[in-house]
Amino acid sequence: MNRHLLSAADLDRADATRVLDTAAEMARLTEGRAVKKLPTLRGRTVVNLFFEDSTRTRTSFELAAKRLSADVVNFSAKGSSLSKGESLKDTALTLAAMGADGVVVRHSASGAPHRLAHSGWIRASVVNAGDGTHEHPTQALLDAYTLRRHLGELDGRRIAIVGDVLHSRVARSNVLLLTTLGAEVTLVGPPTLLPVGVEHWRCQTSYELDPVLAKSDAVMMLRVQRERMSAAYFPSAREYSRRYGLDARRFGILPEDALVLHPGPMIRGMEITADVADSERSLIVEQVTNGVYVRMAVLYLLLAGEGDVR
Amino acid sequence: MSASVSDPGPATRELSQPRAVLDADDIVRALTRIAHEIIERNRGSTDLVVLGIPSRGVPLARRLAAHITDVEGTDVPVGALDVTMYRDDLRLGPARALEHTDIPAGGVDGKVVVLVDDVLFSGRTIRAALTALDDVGRPQAVRLAVLVDRGHRELPIRADHVGKNLPTSLRESVKVLLEEVDGSDAVLLGTAKEDGR
Repeated sequence: MNRHLLSAADLDRADATRVLDTAAEMARLTEGRAVKKLPTLRGRTVVNLFFEDSTRTRTSFELAAKRLSADVVNFSAKGSSLSKGESLKDTALTLAAMGADGVVVRHSASGAPHRLAHSGWIRASVVNAGDGTHEHPTQALLDAYTLRRHLGELDGRRIAIVGDVLHSRVARSNVLLLTTLGAEVTLVGPPTLLPVGVEHWRCQTSYELDPVLAKSDAVMMLRVQRERMSAAYFPSAREYSRRYGLDARRFGILPEDALVLHPGPMIRGMEITADVADSERSLIVEQVTNGVYVRMAVLYLLLAGEGDVR
Repeated sequence: MSASVSDPGPATRELSQPRAVLDADDIVRALTRIAHEIIERNRGSTDLVVLGIPSRGVPLARRLAAHITDVEGTDVPVGALDVTMYRDDLRLGPARALEHTDIPAGGVDGKVVVLVDDVLFSGRTIRAALTALDDVGRPQAVRLAVLVDRGHRELPIRADHVGKNLPTSLRESVKVLLEEVDGSDAVLLGTAKEDGR
């Protein structure tokens, strides 16, 4: 395994399986324990560097690092020198001077984590916590972990990813990771919200949701990322949710034991209705819990030892 | 943790051929005796929890628990306690894959925990196991059973039950083979590649 986790494509099947297996052990080591803390990363420093707003991911990384006894420093764009125009390089040099062992970075520019990892500014391991519309590998890992818990090995399993694929780093990372693990992925969305070149991705695409739902083992709904949209990609929110929202009728089309995921934050009534989001087959809350275990596994594998991961 | 045996290649001198110091029958006898010692010390099998340290401590723990069950007629909870996250040498190498931890449903609070490992050497694995156990609960007592004690302790730790005391030099390696993991039962003594670890 690499020193950094920048893309889901960095993980081959063995690496990905190692992360997921390690995450499962992390769950065993902390669930139901009086002491939910492991001493493994004592004395190591993890910096959460968030140039973009995030509650879920930053808190999840923070909790994961703390459960492993690492020291955690949070930098967020608001209220720091990051909002005063400091360059990524100067921020990186500051972090290096503070002795960071791991840097978890979220940035609105695709490729920022890659730049941070390979520029020689810092020696720390870099974990991509979401860069622009590019990738969000730990989200894909927690989705795979959640699916694997319920479906077993993912070989031949059919997963539909529905909605705003164009602006979704979650979709891109998931296509890469889930196919590495043997699953068959279908992307569903209006033509305007499927990225250019999607035909070269290792997945199917469809503009129609209903026929895909009927043969899916799990469906992952994506949020429509209004904040990244500079033009009109669909006529109205109402039309979008009529064509691509997961409501009670569509939920009925899904096979009886099919699962529903959402990376959050979700907009109830837009891409998913409240009754579906709160149904027993919706794993949206479990995804959050699993996110902590997966991030513990990633931080452990990248930071616990010296040299390459065995 | 047991030290590794070098693969005796064609060019290896005869001296470094590992030799069996315990065979399958010896191991059965040693485990039977340890099982009886545990029962005697504990005055029965009430409140006992047997925890093996991966990898080879786990099958040994299962065998010990089975022996105890045979004698006492009651099921003894048995599980596994991985100590990887608690090791003091994690920084010395690449990150290790975690082994399975499996604490029996009843937990360890107020119980007598018997830790089981294959080889007792520096004592560092046991130190890690005691720290790990701390996070699981508060046992009434912790005892240690090992198949082989090869000496060279680096910490003030001793075993309560020992299958065989095996005086070794640091240049030797001790390898325990178990049916469940290796396909056959034996304890081998060989020449270590480098420093015996």
